[in-house]
Amino acid sequence: MLKTFKIGGIHPAENKISSNKATEVLELPKTVSIFVAQHIGAPSKIVVTKGETVKAGQLIAQSAGFVSSNIHSSVSGKVAKIETVTDSSGYKKDAIIITVEGDDWDESIDRSDELITSTPLDAKAITDKILAAGIVGLGGATFPTHVKLMPPPGMKPEILIINGVECEPYLTSDHRLMLEKGDEVLVGTQLLMKALAVENAVVGIENNKPDAIKHLSTLAKKYKGIKIVPLKVKYPQGSEKHLIKAITGREVPSGALPISVGAVVNNVGTAFAVYQAVMKNKPLFERVVTVTGKSVSKPANFWVRIGTPVNQLIDAAGGLPTDTAKVISGGPMMGKSIGKLDVPVSKGTSGILVLGQAEGHRKTMQNCIRCGRCVSVCPMGLEPYLLMTLSEKNNWERAEDEKVMDCIECGSCSYTCPANRPLLDYIRYGKTTVGGIIRTRK
Amino acid sequence: MSISLIYTIITISSIGVAAAIILYLAARKFYVYEDPRIDQVEESLPSANCGGCGYAGCRAFAEAIVKDNSLDGKFCPVGGNETMGKVADIMDLAAEEQAPRTAVVRCNGTCEHRPKTSNYEGATTCAIAAMSYGGDTDCQYGCLGFGDCCVVCEFDAIHMNPETGLPEVDDEKCVACGACVRACPKNLIELRKVMPKYRKVYVACRNEDKGAAAKKSCAVACIGCGKCEKECKFDAITIVNNLAFIDSDKCKLCRKCAPVCPTHAIIEENFPPPKEKAPQAETIKAEA
Repeated sequence: MLKTFKIGGIHPAENKISSNKATEVLELPKTVSIFVAQHIGAPSKIVVTKGETVKAGQLIAQSAGFVSSNIHSSVSGKVAKIETVTDSSGYKKDAIIITVEGDDWDESIDRSDELITSTPLDAKAITDKILAAGIVGLGGATFPTHVKLMPPPGMKPEILIINGVECEPYLTSDHRLMLEKGDEVLVGTQLLMKALAVENAVVGIENNKPDAIKHLSTLAKKYKGIKIVPLKVKYPQGSEKHLIKAITGREVPSGALPISVGAVVNNVGTAFAVYQAVMKNKPLFERVVTVTGKSVSKPANFWVRIGTPVNQLIDAAGGLPTDTAKVISGGPMMGKSIGKLDVPVSKGTSGILVLGQAEGHRKTMQNCIRCGRCVSVCPMGLEPYLLMTLSEKNNWERAEDEKVMDCIECGSCSYTCPANRPLLDYIRYGKTTVGGIIRTRK
Repeated sequence: MSISLIYTIITISSIGVAAAIILYLAARKFYVYEDPRIDQVEESLPSANCGGCGYAGCRAFAEAIVKDNSLDGKFCPVGGNETMGKVADIMDLAAEEQAPRTAVVRCNGTCEHRPKTSNYEGATTCAIAAMSYGGDTDCQYGCLGFGDCCVVCEFDAIHMNPETGLPEVDDEKCVACGACVRACPKNLIELRKVMPKYRKVYVACRNEDKGAAAKKSCAVACIGCGKCEKECKFDAITIVNNLAFIDSDKCKLCRKCAPVCPTHAIIEENFPPPKEKAPQAETIKAEA
């Protein structure tokens, strides 16, 4: 019997079209636009000026607080402009625009592919390197990794969980990374274990990736303390709280962080970035991005420099299909559709999904028929139909009592609703408003 | 009449009398003194319970006036100076006069001025649309067109114009309660001083982008060129963040700013249609 979480969950069609496409290195773009806020927390402080020449891996924006992150140039060239650029949300955000000239990396970066498995660095030094390299959670939430490695006083991590679940349909970037850079991911896991001073690490992988499970299980024999756990396929298992529940059986209490049950969760992409930062001195400035969709002629996985415009990725995957209805940054469940194709890739972009007319539109909303399907699929045990109504009627006190803040925005409710109600839209609005009310109360 | 009926009447009546005595005593015991002026003030208020004064309703406003025993910073926009005068008489205080105001929508991004660049399929309220994305045009400051302002209006004074996709204010009905101002996630609605015949001169734009970007996203966007600022003799126009703003308290409706605006972002409303001799008439007005 495979492990999984208990309450709720759905089984959307997997559509992992690009899972057998080896990761290719995407051609360097002509210009990159690097946002100064690519993470949860305070936007970074720009430390370069217009006209300055930068190398790939050079610090261009410095962390502005504990929950913040460094940002490095992803290319070599000249800083052309420091301006606002439209991001995937459709709002303009501060960005550094760099014109690419050659591919000159910072001297301290080791560009070889050679696998290094041991380091003399201690826990503190590893965390410092991770902080300096600007590593954030690459699963999509972009929470600064160094914060997770420094638990608040009185809380002790017991287990490190590496998230290789990739439960979003279509996306295959983590899958490819596990297959192609398995050793590096596991060395990165060991580095994270050392930084946290834990003895055990578990890599959770859903059972729809048997090749990755087999590959990592063989490799894991070489690394002490790392166990590979296959999981039953169920969305949203990639959510931090649900992965902890599936693997350890522990439940993260409402409003608490995973560390309260002694668990720290990091994505496989993050583990790989940690390996590169500590062993190769390479800051986080490139990542794997899946470009996929049923109508895309050449679905692929690319190594992409942060700041590359999305249209270059789509062109490399065979161009934008004629029947495109929607382009989504991220997966179909939690991704955000983008209004313009010149939006740059940021640290949290795990995939670019092109949806055709057949699947890319919402259906007409009808009245709630009280079937309760949203309640049965909600993995947090909430009542989405009620939360939607409470948001609609601006009944914020009650929404707070009904634990609107516990919603992980997985979208299972909207996916399953037979009346096509935009449940998540309203709940997210409720979350934003109630979150604001809670902050002002403090 | 049977004896049982008489007993029943006696029992019921004595229960009634006993209850009346208990209630009377309880009312005396738990009597709370309430300033009679609260009721008087409340009666003189319009009973719209719109919240335009900043309090939960007319009763709460009346309580606040009597409790503070002052009218500082308290104004009922619905009743206006007349109501506040009555309230001031009851309270034996002096009411400060405030010019009546009306709501103005500061966006003119109709479909022809502001071409659509994307389609939105989510929940049809402005609040959620604004949270989800910047808007279906390149202008992230403009009207989203789902009419949250119309939904909250208690006075039926603001309506969506299906042709332009923008809300329009009915000046006769608008009481400047400010419900729409609070409802608009893009902060497009402003309360401006009412001028004779509801005449208005205002910048119908909130775009804070630099000129070129603003112009690209909307044909009638304010580009912050500053021509109107130079033209204005009354220091009514200021430019902040590439955006002009006409202060309605200083504006004298001379209308000199409107013709110099290169993007026609300045709107003149409710003026008589231009005649042959119009320019001369304008100069006279400006001097006056």
